Amino acid sequence: MKTAVFFTIGILFGIILYMSEVSSWFRIYEMFQFNSFHMYGVIGTAVFFGYIIVFIIKKIKMNSILDSTPIHIPTKQKGWKRYLFGGIIFGCGWAISGACPGPMFSLLGAGFFPIIIVIASATLGTFCYGLIQQKLPH
Amino acid sequence: MIQFLSQPWAWYFGGFMIAVVLFLLLWTGKSFGMSSNLRTLCSMMGAGKKVSFFDFDWKAQRWNLIVALGVILGSFIASNYVVSTKSMALSQNTVDQLLAMGIQDAGKSYAPEILFSNSAFSNPYILLLLVIGGFLVGFGARYSGGCTSGHAISGLSNLQLPSLIAVIGFFVGGLMVNHFVLPLLLKILVI
Repeated sequence: MKTAVFFTIGILFGIILYMSEVSSWFRIYEMFQFNSFHMYGVIGTAVFFGYIIVFIIKKIKMNSILDSTPIHIPTKQKGWKRYLFGGIIFGCGWAISGACPGPMFSLLGAGFFPIIIVIASATLGTFCYGLIQQKLPH
Repeated sequence: MIQFLSQPWAWYFGGFMIAVVLFLLLWTGKSFGMSSNLRTLCSMMGAGKKVSFFDFDWKAQRWNLIVALGVILGSFIASNYVVSTKSMALSQNTVDQLLAMGIQDAGKSYAPEILFSNSAFSNPYILLLLVIGGFLVGFGARYSGGCTSGHAISGLSNLQLPSLIAVIGFFVGGLMVNHFVLPLLLKILVI
């Protein structure tokens, strides 16, 4: 049952990513060139409605539909180094591959098979972060 | 309605629907963040035995892997059975710029053929580009503790300052590479 719920949410998200062209390398290129409002519109609208959703969930103390426990919305640890340095590294890769982790899976489904290389190396990148995590400023 | 849905979606509809996904995941007691799946994959493959960062109960994260599997199927469905056109309404500037750099299918296909068609597998230089791009995304996402979904959507929606710093970082890195490095990389590519 739970599996079916999450699978369905994933299918919906996969359709959204593809249809709104968020998974397209061209759209990411265009975003960083400031040639089009499209990506800023997508992310901006998502954050706008996301803010309202999070606000309401907190305000009415909504419960989870699966197990009726209060919904917990995680907060990020304080600090700035890891966010800035990690963010910059992420951005460098994003500009080359044109795909962040969600769209990677989306492109695989859409049949752009070289994305497998990107997924594998992103997994390797994640592993390497885990290896040297303690030596990095956080 | 069907015509509206089978055209590439306008930014406001796509953005709204992403917020719906955020809501569904919060409502089911989970959170919205795709890059954690890469950590889970490492753990699943046994990385936890050697590196403590991966030593956690990955089965508790199974739900998110299932979301990712759904994303694969969803995009398969969208690209094969929903979308009615291959063309994209990119800005003319984008099309011209890319054409000048040797990428000829901007606006005509979903992803540049030179990078994402099967011929990329037999081009070592392109493989290297994909490896470097992917590696930086994976490393950076975990270092910063999230990606576009975890920081830009979930984090900003919850007014998290760390997420704003991360998103600024995404753009600092992305703008630098897009403007100064990518043109060089593409130049080598078309030689």
